[in-house]
Amino acid sequence: IMAATKASKEQKYDRQLRLWGDHGQESLENAHVCLINATATGTEILKNLVLPGIGAFTIVDGHTVSGEDFLCTLQNRAQAATELLQELNSDVSGNFVEESPDKLLDNDPEFFHRFTIVIGVQLPESTCLRLGSVLWSASVPFLVCKSYGLIGYMRLAVQEHTVIESHPDNALEDLRLYQPFAEFKNHIQSYDLDSMDKKDHSHTPWIIIVAKHLEKWLSEHNCQPPKNYKEKEAFRQFIREGILKNENGVPEDEENFEEAIKNVNTALNPTKIPSAVEDLFNCEQCNITSQSPSFWVMLQAVKEFALKEGNGSLPVRGTIPDMIADSQKFINLQNVYREKAMQDAAAVSKHVERLLQSVGKVCCSHCIANCKHLCWRLGKNAFFLRVVRCRSLAEEYSVDSVNKDEITSSMDNPDSEMVFYLMFRAVDRFYQQHSRYPGVYNYQVEDDISKLKLCVNSLLQEYSLNVNIKDDYIHEFCRYGAAEPHTVAAFLGGSAAQEAIKIISHQFVPFNNTFIYNAMSQTSATLQL
Amino acid sequence: MADTDEPEKKRRRVVELTEKMVVDGGSGRTCEWEGRWNHIKKFLERSGPFTHPDFEPSTESLQFMLETCKILVIGAGGLGCELLKDLGLSGFCNIHVVDMDTIDLSNLNRQFLFRPKDVGRPKADVAADFINSRIPGCCVVPHFKKIQDLDETFYRQFHIIVCGLDSIVARRWMNGMLLSLLVYEDGVLDPGSIIPLIDGGTEGFKGNARVILPGMTACIDCTLELYPPQINFPMCTIASMPRLPEHCIEYVRVLLWPKETPFGDGVILDGDDPEHIQWVYQRSLERAADFHITGVTYRLTQGVVKRIIPAVASTNAVIAAACATEVFKIASSAYIPLNNYMVFNDVDGLYTYTFEAERKENCSACSQVPLDLHFSPSSKLQEMLDYLTESASLQMKSPAITATVEGKNKTLYLQSVASIEQRTRPNLSKTLKELGLTDGQELAVADVTTPQTMLFRLCFTS
Repeated sequence: IMAATKASKEQKYDRQLRLWGDHGQESLENAHVCLINATATGTEILKNLVLPGIGAFTIVDGHTVSGEDFLCTLQNRAQAATELLQELNSDVSGNFVEESPDKLLDNDPEFFHRFTIVIGVQLPESTCLRLGSVLWSASVPFLVCKSYGLIGYMRLAVQEHTVIESHPDNALEDLRLYQPFAEFKNHIQSYDLDSMDKKDHSHTPWIIIVAKHLEKWLSEHNCQPPKNYKEKEAFRQFIREGILKNENGVPEDEENFEEAIKNVNTALNPTKIPSAVEDLFNCEQCNITSQSPSFWVMLQAVKEFALKEGNGSLPVRGTIPDMIADSQKFINLQNVYREKAMQDAAAVSKHVERLLQSVGKVCCSHCIANCKHLCWRLGKNAFFLRVVRCRSLAEEYSVDSVNKDEITSSMDNPDSEMVFYLMFRAVDRFYQQHSRYPGVYNYQVEDDISKLKLCVNSLLQEYSLNVNIKDDYIHEFCRYGAAEPHTVAAFLGGSAAQEAIKIISHQFVPFNNTFIYNAMSQTSATLQL
Repeated sequence: MADTDEPEKKRRRVVELTEKMVVDGGSGRTCEWEGRWNHIKKFLERSGPFTHPDFEPSTESLQFMLETCKILVIGAGGLGCELLKDLGLSGFCNIHVVDMDTIDLSNLNRQFLFRPKDVGRPKADVAADFINSRIPGCCVVPHFKKIQDLDETFYRQFHIIVCGLDSIVARRWMNGMLLSLLVYEDGVLDPGSIIPLIDGGTEGFKGNARVILPGMTACIDCTLELYPPQINFPMCTIASMPRLPEHCIEYVRVLLWPKETPFGDGVILDGDDPEHIQWVYQRSLERAADFHITGVTYRLTQGVVKRIIPAVASTNAVIAAACATEVFKIASSAYIPLNNYMVFNDVDGLYTYTFEAERKENCSACSQVPLDLHFSPSSKLQEMLDYLTESASLQMKSPAITATVEGKNKTLYLQSVASIEQRTRPNLSKTLKELGLTDGQELAVADVTTPQTMLFRLCFTS
């Protein structure tokens, strides 16, 4: 039964396993997500986490269901939502707590420490800040979400989120053409383009072609590779001259040479350590202690590798793109890179072991095997390591540390998405003052416009924000009457769920730190507040 | 067994909860309850500074949406399931859905209207059942069919059509169908004949949503270059120079299977049959071993054979929601619709880009101007065929070319019917002059990418 269940899970999750792999799926299945408030937005977010198979969820919601909620029973909203969501995926276990988050914060704030991530939906400002502070101290990631009329809002608060597998969309290849490592040099040496027959000549990988021509170029140009457009153009021409000619002097059709010429632009870039990775090397977290998270131990190991075995470079990635070549030449070339990558990963792994030992952590054979595997994955991603640090909610809200620059520069365009952020803040004030949201009932709309405007002005004054908010937006937010239309809830549901999956799996890169979606114009913006 | 009881118990419990929701009448519908449409009423009954210039707040819009507005959803898969839910929960009660597929286990990570017990059943039917039983008052009519099996009379009845398709060919067909419904009076387009088409697409963590007003804004074919043709591996690589595990798998699929017919003569490789995939996997491993290629796995094999595109619930939720928002805007006139193309990507943070795709002046689908084909009279028909399939702006799949020669309608070449293909194949190596074609004459071309025949004008070059 176990094997059958595993097989059917692999089939069920096949389409997503192709994105985050079995190890990503495992991290999801070990996660316990907390959702506060099972509104339309909340249940949509959770649906998109239950379907891909998170281990467990707990809904915290003290509300009873109202007619506006789709789950119109006389039941508690938490329970109704839990049952409906659990039915979506029998692999997931669901729980509910019929309690307001404020009560839990009063009586048992450590309740929230057990979760992999806490997602708070439609929270009033005071609750949000209280909860934010508890979660920040406990290093539990906090994702705040709101749907309000046609505007969606998300805020991620996590101190330090590390990502080894960021899966960048358009990464440059790591070919080491500029300073070939010894084994690659030897391999290049094994080719003699001038003495090859036509078949071999036309099926030589473009990497070798560029390498051979680069060798000649360097010897004739004082060891300086082609740098500017003019030099690269001359280099391309140099390669073109290497194309075989028939007995009439007409160049043959050699696609591999055309590939070489096309790739000159990107292939000759020196293998520098990306500045983003250099910045990580300079972080104080690289001073390893026994408390250091494994990401920093591995990063320090990569840094030490770069200084020693790597001769100033990161571990070789080990992959090459497909190219015109016969099977043997391609495989042999690929193996040169692969073997070097494995060698480099093993060296990094040794640094990891040494670092752990130096802080008193002894490695058993299981750990060492695991470490080797992790370092192999680390080597493949060394150029793309990322750390995301979001500011705390406290920092965002404090008059002393509010990000005035970001707000005022965005508001140079008074219709930028930043205006919605300010409107959300103003609406939160309105709620604090009047214990209700503006414009919920038709008769309130007109009067609430001036009341909301007062909140806007007091907000701008408190934070000394010299910006202008058009009256239209104040009117619009009263018009919304705190409505939570389903399509906006669903958009946010998908967006937030994927950010949560990024946090849980440590794959792909989460946003930093505020996301605004405008369904009126179908536009969005990410702000760092 | 206890295992199979549990899901059924849960399902019954959910139906129970749903039934409790239906209270009493009001507005003549027996399925409403107090406050049900409060969220939506705020947009329909209140004026606002950002509404569409033609918008007038009224209680009639809600009535229209609940009782009259008819929406067609094409596809009941990843996008379709989300669309049906979004529309049902947004007040649309008259929905039709078309889908020719049946449910597979691998759909369940995102196509949430389906359960393990539904595997094998038609998607359209199960999706309709689910929505009809869970959203009181909503009526979804399923059509377990290909879109090509339905005609003008069917499509004409809808106010808005939303597509959640996974095929460019199907999109172009739908696009062509709606263009064919347009009515022109004295060269002026009758706006009443326009059926807005909202099209969504997703792939992994990327997606797009667009609004098409046929005859007025950029259509699918206007922006065909946004969908680059799918690149297949060259035959010489597959046949004699494999380098990647994918090449080994394609070798087995394209060359070995037809040769060895492992499951019987005429039995086509079925990507959904695990036995077939297992056979391909084993042979691919052998092929790979011959060339010292590593990396062939069962998962990769299935991916290559079925041309699998990775998919998750979240991207489908986002794109469907954006599309459903547009349906709402158009049906209610409450806001100006998206103008007209939004791209979404959440690999690194969340990124959207919204722009106005422009109409192409000589669009093969919507420009109404017969396209010129420039060939010399000594060109072979094969060259014309190659142009129709390879040109980035036409990208036809298997065009059938007919012309009027000496007063008679003559099929020059047709691929899809074996007997006609055989009969007309020799024409491919004949020149246009030999075939009796003259300068300026009309050629009619039919193809799966369009429901109507396309007219071209032949222009001889010297």
